[in-house]
Amino acid sequence: MITAERKPLEEIINCVKPFERILLVGCNECVTVCAAGGRKEVGIVSSALQMAFLKQGKNLQIKEHTLERQCDPEYVEELSTMITGVDAVVSMACGCGVQEVARRFKTVPVFPAVNTKFMGASERQGIWAERCQGCGDCLLGVTGGICPIARCSKQLLNGPCGGSGSGKCEISPDVDCAWHLIWERLKALGLQDRYEQIIPAKDWRTGRGGGPRKIIREDLAE
Amino acid sequence: MSDSGYKSGSNLEKVLKAGHFAFTGECGPPKGANVGHLKEKMEPLRDMVDAINVTDNQTAVVRMSSKAASALMVMAGLEPNFQMVCRDRNRIAIQSDILGASALGIRNMLCLSGDHQQFGNHPESKNVFDIDSIQLIAVAKKMRDEGKFINDEAIDEPPKIFIGAASNPFGDPWQFRAHRLANKIDAGADFIQTQCIYNMERFREFMKQAVDMGLTGKTHILAGVTPMKSAGMANYMAKFVPGMDVPQELIKRLKGVDKKMQAEEGIKFALEQIEEFKQMEGVAGVHLMAIEWEHRVPEIAERAGVLPRPKVD
Repeated sequence: MITAERKPLEEIINCVKPFERILLVGCNECVTVCAAGGRKEVGIVSSALQMAFLKQGKNLQIKEHTLERQCDPEYVEELSTMITGVDAVVSMACGCGVQEVARRFKTVPVFPAVNTKFMGASERQGIWAERCQGCGDCLLGVTGGICPIARCSKQLLNGPCGGSGSGKCEISPDVDCAWHLIWERLKALGLQDRYEQIIPAKDWRTGRGGGPRKIIREDLAE
Repeated sequence: MSDSGYKSGSNLEKVLKAGHFAFTGECGPPKGANVGHLKEKMEPLRDMVDAINVTDNQTAVVRMSSKAASALMVMAGLEPNFQMVCRDRNRIAIQSDILGASALGIRNMLCLSGDHQQFGNHPESKNVFDIDSIQLIAVAKKMRDEGKFINDEAIDEPPKIFIGAASNPFGDPWQFRAHRLANKIDAGADFIQTQCIYNMERFREFMKQAVDMGLTGKTHILAGVTPMKSAGMANYMAKFVPGMDVPQELIKRLKGVDKKMQAEEGIKFALEQIEEFKQMEGVAGVHLMAIEWEHRVPEIAERAGVLPRPKVD
């Protein structure tokens, strides 16, 4: 999933300061799962904003709505009836959702209320970790199901570097060495031989190296 | 600023500061470690120009490093304008290269974003773009004028660099271009070299806007000229080179003469442009990019009436 964290309240308050009526929009997908921008968080931010404005003797009208998926134009369309009379939209979705709202409603300013972080997985309750950088040419089949691009600090493809120790990365004892994990995993699978094959310089065109990406499925495109 | 009152004391800075109409050239380093080849390309420019731009892996094709080629020019008694792109270096390498360039006696630097690697011979590569060209200008200025790195740490001996930036008056949205130029000047660009100009009408408008905005009093703008070698080259540039504005009339004009005479017609157009730039308000000089035509520069300089080049002490 795409993970996110709520922005500091102060920053959100600063964005909406000039306005009197806002629409606060959550998303029922990834940001709900990582407890950053779902219905519950929309309610919390709404109350916090209202309190902050009241303290300053100002009134802020907030409409709340949580879409099924904010990155999908079909659902974003739901906002068209709610947006009338609104000065600004505050989106609690990931950057994809924020941009989809901005694309649909050209004359209303849209502000993000979360910082989109990474594609990751939940390690345990309340902890998410980066797992994928969307390089567009998955290597997991040769690296034992552990991604060195997302999880090695240097993105080494023939690691580990000389800085790893006790299974940890040189940048922090809190970061696992991805290549240590890969090696352990290959050993467990009896595939140590695979490590002897040098992975050549990667073609990054399928990733961000090729510029902004797009998928076109001829069989589905209208 | 140093005791002499110059920022870097480069020949280009002295010429511009003295109010002379500047004339700069360009030289693309070879696709190899061949110093002899580099010399062949740079020698024709001796005494013809005030500084020679040394391109940095232009069009994202790997060549001898621009810093090394610039240093070879310094050793040969020529003045380089070291080009640096943001595509291939993060801020650590950028600042290190600025110090290195200064240590090697390089006194001019042109700050560029860099062509995307998709256009070059290593499209599989990642790009860096840790900072952009405007930030690069600001970094170079901060290092030189404040003696500090981007992180505010002190530099023991600041680099001496005359800072240049590029401007494309023809990129879209074109009304926005003068504002981008203003940002580059605010960031610290001492001089500007423009993209190759072919659409004179558009360029006149751009310069008027720059003069009206007061930009020409804050920096030195050198107008970019690349003589067309043929109608084919004009066609190619019109169709395939990003950000290039080649009017149909120019292509027609080149097509209108015998193939053998097209290069001469291209030079004639360039000379007409240079004559107009000499008179144009706000234009401080010409940057001649004679691509793979370095040996024709002496003839063009002679016919443009820009010789001999001024000597300023």
